[in-house]
Amino acid sequence: MTKLESKIIVVTSGKGGVGKTTSSAAIGAELALRGHKTVVVDFDIGLRNLDLIMGCERRVIYDFVNVIQGDANLSQTLIKDKRIENLYVLPASQTRDKDALTTEGVEQVLNDLRKEFAFIICDSPAGIERGALMALYFADEAVIVTNPEVSSVRDSDRIIGVLNSRSRKAEQNGELKKHLLITRYMLNRVQRGEMLSIEDVQDILAIPLLGVIPESPSVLNASNNGIPITLDANSDAKRAYQHAVSELLGEKTGALNNKGWTKIFGGLRIFNRSPA
Amino acid sequence: MSLLKFLGLSNRKSAQIARERLQIVVSHQRMEGGDVEFLPKMRNELITVISKYIKIDKDQINVQLLRNGSCSVLELNITLPTPQEQVAKETT
Ligand SMILES: Nc1ncnc2c1ncn2[C@@H]1O[C@H](COP(=O)(O)OP(=O)(O)O)[C@@H](O)[C@H]1O
Ligand SMILES: [Mg+2]
Repeated sequence: MTKLESKIIVVTSGKGGVGKTTSSAAIGAELALRGHKTVVVDFDIGLRNLDLIMGCERRVIYDFVNVIQGDANLSQTLIKDKRIENLYVLPASQTRDKDALTTEGVEQVLNDLRKEFAFIICDSPAGIERGALMALYFADEAVIVTNPEVSSVRDSDRIIGVLNSRSRKAEQNGELKKHLLITRYMLNRVQRGEMLSIEDVQDILAIPLLGVIPESPSVLNASNNGIPITLDANSDAKRAYQHAVSELLGEKTGALNNKGWTKIFGGLRIFNRSPA
Repeated sequence: MSLLKFLGLSNRKSAQIARERLQIVVSHQRMEGGDVEFLPKMRNELITVISKYIKIDKDQINVQLLRNGSCSVLELNITLPTPQEQVAKETT
């Protein structure tokens, strides 16, 4: 029986290296900080990285595939964050391949997680093969991570097509809620006409904007230290992720028009304004 | 430095070029992608029907699916030959 209304959110993109893992960790940690019991699940079988970004790599004993195959149970496998309450990681296997993710196995694990967690964040691998399809199949909502760059936008469009046709929600003629998260945005290059703007990307992908994360040196810094950016010292990227999470929770931040974002990057510190 | 670059015009173009290229590539991708499987077939049938009435090159027919918020727009563009072109074609 489901104890609470839990949400499965896939963080996906098609293209690799655009910021899915960074965003999964940041969003997961921020949700937990706000009191929502949250687990971040690494679907990148064979190339696990979430544990490093979350700073729990030395505490991995069992993994997702062990749970699916019955070698370990969930409570043995979930890693509880040492810094904050409510935050857990389900690591991916480093040695198995993605065929170990069976539909039934993944469904069983997600159903069990639903009993415990308010938010289940699925960090998708790149591509549109088994791992990525499994990460998105059971999702209630999707965060599409996109860099303002041609190949990333094209791949995001592709993955939106996949979400619209091959997710369980789509198969049941339901609507999978989609959110656009633009990352590695450089306002100065956009202003010089060297980079696609927020409007350009939104025009092409035509899904609602969740947030815009600036290109920021603090992201690399946080990953060096194994700290999700939202648990790290104040930075522009941290504020941007905090804003995105407010939007995800349905709080109207009033920043999600282009003027608002331009203000943010213009340094008017609208992030520090409490939501009305 | 060229005058264009100096004025910032050539730079402004690169984001614009990116936008235009993306619009085209994405609309093709949406037709080929799994979400609307019937489109390539429909495009071919449209070409057959249209060329029954109008002498036309296959590549003068452009079928695009544009996503627009919650709905999609099917855009059909047919470039009709000018009378001269038509004559030229008929004589070859
Ligand atoms: N906003 C950002 N600013 C600067 N670097 C970033 C930003 N977001 C991600 N990165 C960097 O991009 C690289 C890929 O990020 P990652 O989250 O691992 O992508 P993915 O999971 O999509 O492959 C990492 O080196 C990360 O530090
Ligand atoms: Mg990743």
